[in-house]
Amino acid sequence: MVKHHLFWPLTVLGALLLFNLVYSPAFFRIELRNGQMYGSLIDILNFGAPLILVAIGMTLVIATKGIDLSVGSVVAISGAIACLLISKGADQNAFGLVMLAVAVALALSVALGIWNGLLVSVFGIQPIIATLILMVAGRGVAQLISGGQIITVNSETYNYIGAGALGSLPFAIYVVLIVLLVASLLTRRTALGMFIESVGGNPTASRLAGIRSRAVMFAVYIFCGLCAGVAGLLLSSNVSSADGNNAGLWYELDAILAVVIGGTSLNGGRFYLMGTVIGALIIQTLTTTIYIIGVRPEITLVVKAFVVLIVCLVQSEAFRKTLVQRFKMRKYPLEQEVKRHA
Amino acid sequence: MKKEQGPILTMSGIHKRFPGVKALTDVSFRLFPGEVHALMGENGAGKSTLIKVLTGVYAIDSGEIELSGKTVHIGSPQEAQLAGISTVYQEVNLCPNLSVSENIFIGREPRRLGKIRWKQMHAEAKKLLEDRLQLHIDVTKPLHSYSVAVQQLIAIARSLNISAKVLILDEPTSSLDRNEVKQLFQVMNNLKAEGLAILFVTHFLDQVYEISDRITILRGGEFIGEYAASELSRIELVSKMIGKAFVELDQLPKVRGTASKELSDVTAEAVQLGRKGAIEPFDLRIHKGEVVGLAGLLGSGRTELARLLFGADRSDEGILSVHGATKAIGSPRQAIDHGIAFCSENRKTEGIIEELTVRENIVLALQASRGWFKTISRKKQDEIADEYIKAININPPNPEHLVKNLSGGNQQKVILARWLLTEPKLLILDEPTRGIDVGAKAEIQKLVLSLSDKGMSVLFISSELEEVLRVSDKIAVLRDRNVVKVMTDDELSQQQVMQAIAGG
Repeated sequence: MVKHHLFWPLTVLGALLLFNLVYSPAFFRIELRNGQMYGSLIDILNFGAPLILVAIGMTLVIATKGIDLSVGSVVAISGAIACLLISKGADQNAFGLVMLAVAVALALSVALGIWNGLLVSVFGIQPIIATLILMVAGRGVAQLISGGQIITVNSETYNYIGAGALGSLPFAIYVVLIVLLVASLLTRRTALGMFIESVGGNPTASRLAGIRSRAVMFAVYIFCGLCAGVAGLLLSSNVSSADGNNAGLWYELDAILAVVIGGTSLNGGRFYLMGTVIGALIIQTLTTTIYIIGVRPEITLVVKAFVVLIVCLVQSEAFRKTLVQRFKMRKYPLEQEVKRHA
Repeated sequence: MKKEQGPILTMSGIHKRFPGVKALTDVSFRLFPGEVHALMGENGAGKSTLIKVLTGVYAIDSGEIELSGKTVHIGSPQEAQLAGISTVYQEVNLCPNLSVSENIFIGREPRRLGKIRWKQMHAEAKKLLEDRLQLHIDVTKPLHSYSVAVQQLIAIARSLNISAKVLILDEPTSSLDRNEVKQLFQVMNNLKAEGLAILFVTHFLDQVYEISDRITILRGGEFIGEYAASELSRIELVSKMIGKAFVELDQLPKVRGTASKELSDVTAEAVQLGRKGAIEPFDLRIHKGEVVGLAGLLGSGRTELARLLFGADRSDEGILSVHGATKAIGSPRQAIDHGIAFCSENRKTEGIIEELTVRENIVLALQASRGWFKTISRKKQDEIADEYIKAININPPNPEHLVKNLSGGNQQKVILARWLLTEPKLLILDEPTRGIDVGAKAEIQKLVLSLSDKGMSVLFISSELEEVLRVSDKIAVLRDRNVVKVMTDDELSQQQVMQAIAGG
């Protein structure tokens, strides 16, 4: 059981939840108001949705031995363009207008994914540099789109995407489920998953085995861009505004962290989508927990970093081994003692 | 040999298990100062595991290791080095971009006030190479400007530098030519005379008898015995390694030749195909069901020729036709679509995908041909994997085993299975038997012959001339990046091929 790739991520998540159970039992309370569920757990799923989406895309990129630093900027661009289009509309609530805005935002995200894919797979630029370009430039593009201002929209239709409810659950959760389902089907029902793992594991051997590694790389960067685009829509529609400066800021780092916590190696190869989802949930739970227990704002980041450090150590096999060895060494004299007395 | 000194290294009762595999069971091993000791065994016999245990890569489950009479615990490669155990691995693990002297002194550069004393370092490196290895080279040049053989000697020099008592050479000769081997043996003899204990792993029987004083045999992770090389005949050695009465390789059908075959259909034909800096333009015709051997020294252009046929490199002149139709093959993908398959000589870097399972490695090429959406169902994959594991004897017979945990010979079989599954018309095998044991070698040779009987064309590349002669209907000889001669049936004698290789 310990060998299962979800064991440690689930253990950490469980430990975090357990801490909350002891510290603030209200954490687990879920209320039904106007037919909609409210509570910390629901909040975690709802507010964690954008991060989960970005991290799912990031997982596939990392599995090919790549990385995408531009996701945070794509989040900002996608939200900004959608809000801009809607804010210019005569009737901001018009279903057609909102759909158009969503479509344009997603198309733009795909185009940005193509840009990254082009730099990485055709021009052979190292992924970290290639995507760094869009990370920096993209932030500027987002500010251009929003004219340096925060664009606010007044559209209930748009607001539904990030803040609405379907049944009694937030709509965002369904969006995550759909993207997760699509990603799983795409990678596990088609051969794409095997190709991704193969290209990430050994690009030369993969090429010689006849895999079109360029196409595979293109695909993952496009998918990653698309995921970031959807995340941008969720974020901006949740607050009915787009902030080119701050939307999606540092998302790339949280996403990479979620992927790593989820068990996918930065060296590429095997990837675990469910692991990533749990990794993202751990990060979101941690953030929520820090708010709930009222850590002073100026030290929240330090506390977060500390917990992340522990999570990473627990997951490190080398660290666990050292720990076990230390433990054994300590026991050793005792055993001899017992023998001597026997 | 000064045996009265007692062994410098004693391993006793060593046990090591991996999930699902008993890698070592109660293995003992002794090494005396001033001897060359050959560690022999088939693929998967536990040689690599034993070495990794000795060098601290793996921890043992139980057993004892004594070094100079003291029980030691070797927890990491660093500890092994400090204890005086140095290893030169099959794949040279140095830094190709750094200079020769940097490679030798890496991590222990002579310094003053924190600055590296370059002059002193170069001088010491030069002295070390010249005095102990008789190697006269420019030590300031980057490592990659030298041949694999020289790199190997540099790797040895580096390990010598750390006051080594025990030197482990894991398949040091597998990519060396005859002269280079001679040079290496000279160095080994010198070191032996200095009192160093050398553990030598190889698959070449000739070399074992040429250089070794004693031999330890492992089989299936168990200790079979320790013998003086002079008292163990080859036949005994081989039968102990494979654990059954030895069927001589020579008994394989040796009578090849075009006479027995209808050579009508041409599978592939190259006309003045060439690539600058890799191989001069050459003509080569490969018939249906024919085994064409490529003979020549290392670096004579054998691999380069194969890579052109497979589209791994692009040709910049000439024509390649497959089944009579001219094809521009610009990528492996296209070559595969035309029914060409290629097993690279570099198993690790160009063959297996380490992190994937045996099953995934086998179905990879076929799945790549079918594209993303025509998925081979999991059930079908399992069937395929089981079929090939049985057919070509992949061990351990577990399709879900990660391929990186297999021995070299079995990894080779996995790659073979990958290509056989695509049912190629032309199978290119580049050094398919390198670094694998006698038994597996014979299996692969037999497989080649039976495939050609079924109508598959095979291009067979090997550094072992005997092997090429045994399986080939036709031999193309390469020298200095030129195809100098194509020889068929009655010309095929070792003597003549040797002459063609040597030239003049």
